[in-house]
Amino acid sequence: MTTIVTKKPAKETASIQPQKKAVYETKQLNLWYGNNHALKNIDLEIMENEVTAIIGPSGCGKSTYIKTLNRMVELVTSVKTSGEILYRGRNIFDQDYGVEELRTRVGMVFQKPNPFPKSIYDNVAYGPRIHGIKNKKILDEIVEKSLRGAAIWDEVKDRLNENAYSISGGQQQRICIARALAIEPDVILMDEPTSALDPISTLKVEELVQELKKDYSIIIVTHNMQQAARISDKTAFFLNGEVVEFDHTDTIFSNPSDKRTEDYISGRFG
Amino acid sequence: MRYIEQQTVVKRMNGRLIANAIFKYIFLAATLLALLALVILLFRIVTQGAGNLSIDFLTNFASRFPDQAGIKAALVGSLWLMMVVAPTSIILGVGSAIYLEEYAKQNRITNFIRMNISNLAGVPSVVFGLLGLTIFVRAMALGNSILAAGFTMSLLILPVIIVASQEAIRAVPGELRDASYGMGATKWQTILKIILPAAIPGILTGSILALSRAIGETAPLIVIGVPVIIQFLPSGVMDTFTALPMQIYDWASRPQQEFQAVAAAGIIVLMAVLLFMNSIAVIIRNKFDKRY
Repeated sequence: MTTIVTKKPAKETASIQPQKKAVYETKQLNLWYGNNHALKNIDLEIMENEVTAIIGPSGCGKSTYIKTLNRMVELVTSVKTSGEILYRGRNIFDQDYGVEELRTRVGMVFQKPNPFPKSIYDNVAYGPRIHGIKNKKILDEIVEKSLRGAAIWDEVKDRLNENAYSISGGQQQRICIARALAIEPDVILMDEPTSALDPISTLKVEELVQELKKDYSIIIVTHNMQQAARISDKTAFFLNGEVVEFDHTDTIFSNPSDKRTEDYISGRFG
Repeated sequence: MRYIEQQTVVKRMNGRLIANAIFKYIFLAATLLALLALVILLFRIVTQGAGNLSIDFLTNFASRFPDQAGIKAALVGSLWLMMVVAPTSIILGVGSAIYLEEYAKQNRITNFIRMNISNLAGVPSVVFGLLGLTIFVRAMALGNSILAAGFTMSLLILPVIIVASQEAIRAVPGELRDASYGMGATKWQTILKIILPAAIPGILTGSILALSRAIGETAPLIVIGVPVIIQFLPSGVMDTFTALPMQIYDWASRPQQEFQAVAAAGIIVLMAVLLFMNSIAVIIRNKFDKRY
């Protein structure tokens, strides 16, 4: 039963071998919504145990890109893709790579807190249950571990059977993060997770992201540049469906090499 | 130069307020008129029929003597009918709605189907009766049995159930679907655990209202040849039967004045059944109503 509560390999290995491994390698990715060429020749390498921020003006393709990483983009309309995205070395567009399998490894947190109209407990236990875990004791453990992981256990431990809509928006978003943690993912995708939250809740989620990167690789889309600067290790700047610049966050914000990046982060457009 | 002059606003204010008040009373009058018609109808039926209501009325078979006529065969027949109509129409209706909303691709053919289902809801019930006569009574040789009538009624209310279920399913926020798919749930798991629980109040309310329409329909039963006078209870779905509206129709069309009162008593029973079903719909809606 210990297999359920797995920890990722300890960080010592990382210090011996400073080279981090890539989680996602995007190679020459193109994506079309009908005739709209939304992503153009994207090349990005996303490293494990890092926070990668994706910034850019509205309509630049940043949300489309993050939704492509777990193939949620295919749910909306007819999309066409070319190129490949390797997740841990395997092309996610392969015919025999099931989306369900991929999404079990890659959790997602959405823009608007979207708990199910169920109890807090059932929300967090939803993922493990659909993957076949029925044992009540194991579920209890997963729920507690996930809620602790999302730093909300102390706030909700006495009201696990209350409807998830009875708590505040900021708490709901952390329940959604706990729900994503409960499937024990490898990567967590966050699509503007704080855009519907007040500043204090935003701060809590940001602190949480810092905490989570020890165990998970995080890709976060944000329209808030200060947020990207505060919490990310690397930043990719998207514009009109292309990656203009991708580098360490410090470099992007202090010494960008592209004029357009500089204009955007200094607030000259977008 | 200002475009909105405060003085003109004040000058016109009176007219605007009068129009405001007039329309309020027009709408109030419309509501009261409809209500009044309903009250008169109910009053007439209750005063006419109440005298005939008794335990005997519920437990007697039809008779040519007004004072011995009872509604037993029709009441039991209507219940049998519902036992065929409810499962058939709800399973088919909700199934089609799930397919159309969750599985079907958006293209010309599915749009055409969607549009025509709404149109079907407006087809007169006598047409469905003819369809039932051709397919179930004759081609499938079910005769004028409960099964044949039940299938015909199911077809009649199917479009209503499909449309109501589609709307209930569509009202489930897309974010809930995203959350479920995002955790690796399959489409069926998402439908079963997220979409249906959220849509069930709407689906059940629509279904029960459709069923109460089926229990009050007469035309299809007349077309498929359901008899009126029956002196036994059906023992299975292949037996013939009669239903409440048929019985009422028969009594109301008899020449003797006394049978008018018997018909009124039958209407009271039918309305009690309808009221009962509608209140179940209301209870379900209130009980399961969840906010997002």
